[in-house]
Amino acid sequence: MAEQKPKLALYWASSCGGCEISVLAVHEKILDVAAAFDIVFWPCAMDFKEEDVAAMDDGEVDVCLFNGAIRNDDNAHMAHLMRRKSKVLVAYGSCAMEGCIPGLANFTDREHMMNFIYHDSPSTDNPEGIEPQMRTTVPEGELTLPEFWNTVKTLDQVVPVDYYLPGCPPEAKWTLAAIEAILSGQLPPPGSVIGMDVTVCDECSRTRSEKHIKQFYRPYEIIPEPDICLLDQGLFCAGIATRAGCGALCPQVNMGCRGCYGPNEGVVDGGAKLISALASVVDGATPEEIDAVLETLPDPAGYFYRFSLPHSLLRRTHLVGSNGTRTVEKITATPQLDPKLKD
Amino acid sequence: MAHDYNEFNPAWEERTPVIIGLLCNWCSYRAADLAGTSRFGYPATLRDLRIMCTGRLDPTFVVKALREGADGVLVMGCHPGQCHYDAGNYKAMRRMALLRRTLVQLGVHPDRVQLAWASASQGTVFTEMVKNMTETIARLGPLNWQDTAFDESQHKEMEAIRG
Repeated sequence: MAEQKPKLALYWASSCGGCEISVLAVHEKILDVAAAFDIVFWPCAMDFKEEDVAAMDDGEVDVCLFNGAIRNDDNAHMAHLMRRKSKVLVAYGSCAMEGCIPGLANFTDREHMMNFIYHDSPSTDNPEGIEPQMRTTVPEGELTLPEFWNTVKTLDQVVPVDYYLPGCPPEAKWTLAAIEAILSGQLPPPGSVIGMDVTVCDECSRTRSEKHIKQFYRPYEIIPEPDICLLDQGLFCAGIATRAGCGALCPQVNMGCRGCYGPNEGVVDGGAKLISALASVVDGATPEEIDAVLETLPDPAGYFYRFSLPHSLLRRTHLVGSNGTRTVEKITATPQLDPKLKD
Repeated sequence: MAHDYNEFNPAWEERTPVIIGLLCNWCSYRAADLAGTSRFGYPATLRDLRIMCTGRLDPTFVVKALREGADGVLVMGCHPGQCHYDAGNYKAMRRMALLRRTLVQLGVHPDRVQLAWASASQGTVFTEMVKNMTETIARLGPLNWQDTAFDESQHKEMEAIRG
């Protein structure tokens, strides 16, 4: 009977929709999922509404796979609703877990984004200077929009989360592993990340040797050797500090790991670990030599926090000034150490 | 030693600067000891922590210090070529260079995070470095990371949504 089946809900907040597709990447096993679960909410694929979920009893949904970051009031409302209605809430994919690409908005602020999108971008045609308003009165009544936040948050910064499934998007084998674990009742301890506890290098088949990076190359600048570690060849690869589980898909096709599976088990700040690992293999013994190498790595924060800025220790850029004039803090004169005291 | 930090920056109303010092066991920590036993004066802004080598320095320590309320982080180790473990200080040099570049993008002035060398006999180098860094931080003003960057104010309506 349908009532006996566990209830599954899927929701997307601030995300691209790739996680929804990745659920379907389990291919024909989706039929097993559909047979095993009663899908009660899945806006991407099925016609249920928010009010249908709101009408359920608290804790009635057995498992909710929640993807997407939290970047406005509506995302947060749905996160709270799904938390209340679900026994097990899974942060599904990098956005819900770490903020991912939507989280890169934390490098700037709402004011700056609105200015660019509605006024300053070269392709904007907005002579009347119209901006979205939270409340607009039209003849038919008042229309509302959710409030757009200044800072993107992860799911677990808004509501308690039971399990995490990393990846952008998660690989189907781990989605299945999670679903099977839930079905069999053999659940890992709450708060666990469902995946591996080694790095992408352990899954990568390329040959590694001792690293001395003299120059970083961007992917278009060189054609990498097929079997040698990309980092050895000077291509940025986050695999050294990224959780395994994807099967090293990107390095297999000559593209350095982007780091979407997030930091490895026990790591607090993935970006800081990546700085640690990457900087130690830079070739150079003086500040000048080191700077010359690092000069070839543009946008380091973008590389290191590409998927994890909202979940990093610092969470966002600290901005001084506003409305497009943001800068890092200014200092008039830096006192220098007396050269006599240096040797 | 009394300091009026308002002179450098009026934002120092509430408190004095806080600098976390991560000092190498084999040299700079002993330089700090020497400065103390020699009664060298320096501003009481440094909270020093001993690490076995600057090569042990995980950038996470620095980032966490800034997040938890430090206004600056001073890392001190053995002079290049004199590392107790051969090359730990070279690793620190590279990591700090990359970390400073990253922190600039996150809105942290690079001078808030500094690396310097002092051998066990260089108590004066240690005190001068603390004085210089204190002045730098005093000019920059308080960082107060969680108050300024965490931005909880945006959730004024969240309590109502929670129900």
